[in-house]
Amino acid sequence: MTAELDPNTLLAIVLAPLAGAIVAGLFGRQIGPRGAHGVTILGVAVSCVLSALVLWDVALHGARFDGTVYQWMVIGGLTMEVGFLVDGLSAMMMVVVTFVSLMVHIYTIGYMAGDPGYQRFFSYISLFTFSMLMLVMSNNFLQLFFAWEAVGLVSYLLIGFWYKRPTAVHANMKAFVVNRVGDFGFILGIGLLAAYAGTLHYGETFAKAGELAQMTLPGTDWSLLTVACICLFVGAMGKSAQVPLHVWLPDSMEGPTPISALIHAATMVTAGIYMVARMSPLFELSAVALNLILIIGAVTALFMGLLGIVQNDIKRVVAYSTLSQLGYMTVALGASAYSVAVFHLMTHAFFKALLFLAAGSVIMGMQHDQDIRNMGGLRRYMPITWITALLGSLALIGTPLFAGYYSKESILIAVAASPLPAAGLASLALVAGVFITAFYSFRMYFLVFHGEERFRHKPHPGADDHDHGHDAHHDATPHESPWVVTAPLVLLAVPSVVIGYLTLEPMLFGPFLRDAIHVDAAAHPAMTVLDQKVEGPLAFAVYGLTTLPFWLAVAGVALAYLFYVRAPQIPAAIARALRPLVVVLENKYYMDWFNEHVLAAGARAVGTGLWRGGDQALIDGVMIDGSARTIGRMAGVARLLQSGRLYWYALVMMLGIVVLMTWMLWPHVALLLGH
Amino acid sequence: MTGLTLGHFLSLGAILFALSVIGIFLNRRNLIVMLMAIELMLLAVNINFIAFAYFLGDMAGQVFVFFILTVAAAEAAIGLAILVVLFRNRASIAVDDIDTLKG
Amino acid sequence: MDTTTALFYLFSAALLFAAFRVITARSTVHAALYLVLAFFSAACIWMLLGAEFLALTLILVYVGAVMVLFLFVVMMLDVHTDKVGEGFWRLFPLAGLVGAVIALQMALVLMTGFDLPEAPPPDARALELGNTKLLGIEIYTEYLYPLQLAAALLLLAMFAAVALTLRRRKDSRALDPATQMKARKADRLRVVKMPPVVDAPAAGASGAAAADGEQR
Repeated sequence: MTAELDPNTLLAIVLAPLAGAIVAGLFGRQIGPRGAHGVTILGVAVSCVLSALVLWDVALHGARFDGTVYQWMVIGGLTMEVGFLVDGLSAMMMVVVTFVSLMVHIYTIGYMAGDPGYQRFFSYISLFTFSMLMLVMSNNFLQLFFAWEAVGLVSYLLIGFWYKRPTAVHANMKAFVVNRVGDFGFILGIGLLAAYAGTLHYGETFAKAGELAQMTLPGTDWSLLTVACICLFVGAMGKSAQVPLHVWLPDSMEGPTPISALIHAATMVTAGIYMVARMSPLFELSAVALNLILIIGAVTALFMGLLGIVQNDIKRVVAYSTLSQLGYMTVALGASAYSVAVFHLMTHAFFKALLFLAAGSVIMGMQHDQDIRNMGGLRRYMPITWITALLGSLALIGTPLFAGYYSKESILIAVAASPLPAAGLASLALVAGVFITAFYSFRMYFLVFHGEERFRHKPHPGADDHDHGHDAHHDATPHESPWVVTAPLVLLAVPSVVIGYLTLEPMLFGPFLRDAIHVDAAAHPAMTVLDQKVEGPLAFAVYGLTTLPFWLAVAGVALAYLFYVRAPQIPAAIARALRPLVVVLENKYYMDWFNEHVLAAGARAVGTGLWRGGDQALIDGVMIDGSARTIGRMAGVARLLQSGRLYWYALVMMLGIVVLMTWMLWPHVALLLGH
Repeated sequence: MTGLTLGHFLSLGAILFALSVIGIFLNRRNLIVMLMAIELMLLAVNINFIAFAYFLGDMAGQVFVFFILTVAAAEAAIGLAILVVLFRNRASIAVDDIDTLKG
Repeated sequence: MDTTTALFYLFSAALLFAAFRVITARSTVHAALYLVLAFFSAACIWMLLGAEFLALTLILVYVGAVMVLFLFVVMMLDVHTDKVGEGFWRLFPLAGLVGAVIALQMALVLMTGFDLPEAPPPDARALELGNTKLLGIEIYTEYLYPLQLAAALLLLAMFAAVALTLRRRKDSRALDPATQMKARKADRLRVVKMPPVVDAPAAGASGAAAADGEQR
């Protein structure tokens, strides 16, 4: 039975955080910090509860909703409206977004206490929640694009939250500009679809997918649908930080840790994955696009993982981990295992948010020193943080029974089963990535929580100039964070462990996502193979103990233990021996250098060239000044006629008469001569 | 009158007119001579009118000359008055010196 | 050759020579005198054409009045025509060309338009009345209105000439009544309030003055 959801509930879900954001934003000074966090948390909590109820309805009662809430305008056949599409996919995203957002809101009370922009921060994260909900609940491309841009905007505002810091400003500009490049492709894709399908609504476009697959782009013989899908994927690349548009994500760590958890781990960066999953009816019809997705995802997964090994900032490690995991999700999309990608999105949201918040807790304990080389042995002083971070890391590397294992292993199986040409390489990259993931995660874990307490050697910790009122004493010994910080950690650790086990079957094989995601089972049999291999969560976990990835993960953990707990001199020696490789990794494959010195400088050079050559020389010099000068010269010649002297004027008059008379008399002259 | 046709008189008038036109823009030194050249022009026109009056047998030509004489006299008087005032202000009647309207 | 024709050629030659000398004479007075000769010659030609009244009018009005006026002005202005012939002959070819073209064109127009070799025989009425009376009849009947206008024009010209050259005497004390009427007290007089300046009397001086006054 398909019950109908109440549109008012859906509106409430979307508008509650917006209301909170507006109140906290405009009246922040009047209601004070407590009022600000109170009203925003209330808004997001309402949203979370209602989303859970909607998920309940959708999962258990099969309720759906696809309708227009408000029609904005109709231009030439295209209808622009605000509408909601709620099915399994969006309900799941709604719950993830609102839950993680709620955890981050509560966490922020502790993390941002005493910050002068406290109310502004709450307003922004509530605004973000609103934008992300609009994105996942949208039923047409226009609203999707609006929400896409809105999350990009709020991300910009939050990365540059401490706007007086030059690094933060650089980072937020970078994020926005790189996102813009992605959005350029995105809008091209939307435009193509709107032009040829004649509609902006998802359902109507999907219904025409078959026709669109037959069409080619005018003037070429490229398949229209392939081009459109690739353009849409470019948008996903920008938002979900795939290579080469990934460069903004590590720099986005300039923002406060809560937003790294919310935006750059759990929600905004997953918007691209969600979008491709939502557009599965279109992507399924384009093998070229799927191959591209596979390649880019694999490259991201492997190479970003390698970069995680050489990072010394705790947040950067987690950031590169996020990039790598996004690569995994992208590869799953390319293998047509959309539900697996979405499943991994969900599990990753929980344990990555957990890891970021734990990192934030560690940073608070270390009085804002983020360098892991200055930490060590923190498990004695911050037990809750330690345990939750351990659980998160185990989930991340794919320990059987933990949430991350189910989603990751499913991806590996799905990619291996995909018949696409790029699947072989992708599979190799992902398996290698498992080892690398385990290695860098536990490198970070061991360096922070185990081993020698290196913070005792530092005279005074606190490299940041961000002052926090709650750290009144400058004691070198870290202590556990307040309950508003640790409670979200615990609440996020629970799903990181159990959610995979509980939702494996319903998500991947049940009817939950079936009407949202379309898979061409004959051409892309990944899901069918997966169905055969998976016989239930427990059996799957046992199966995992026998596979290569599991042993690679164990090897990774063991190596990290060896290098960073037992014999710290080995990694230093290896780094010296492999110096060139380390330099390449430290410079992030020189991609930032390339962007800054080739692309950006090149664009500036083009601009300057056009300014000097085109604007100054051509338009100003030749066209404007040139025409003025020409007229001046012509006038200079014409003025010779005005000598001011009477006889000259009389002469000119006479000449005029002579000419006129000659002209009129000419036939007579001819007559006369012939006479 | 034998041997004299209208053409003779018209040629005379034409040559006289041409001479006065030459005179107007050949002299730069003297505004008075320019006024005199204008009078010559009028004289040429008058000769034409009289010739036509005779050869066409129509008195209108002579009437016209009458009026031309009147107007020419008036114009000469005013022209000379202007000249006098100009000389008072500029102390020169050289046409070359009156070039305030030069562009 | 016929006498009339010979006379015509004679007078024409004189006319053209005089005209040429008007424009090329060095002295302005010479030019004026040559102009007088030109007018005389033209008057004679007009006589040949039977326009007696106008020929005499030409002499009376033009030579007698207008040329005299010219000579008046020439002599009054006391112009120093030293810089003579500056660039005069340089431009002559161009001017000559223009003039020749004009002459040719005029001749062409008029002759092709009016091919009249012979004059019509004078009609009886013309012979009986004479040229002057005939002209008078035309003017006072057919062209009366233009005549009145011409008269008004002459009056106007007279006013204009006077008005243009009128100069006021610099030592005249006559006042314009209109200006007198427009004068207002506020333009001429302004009352300013000033505090009085009181002298403090010096002791010795006032004593001396008082003593002097008493003794007298």
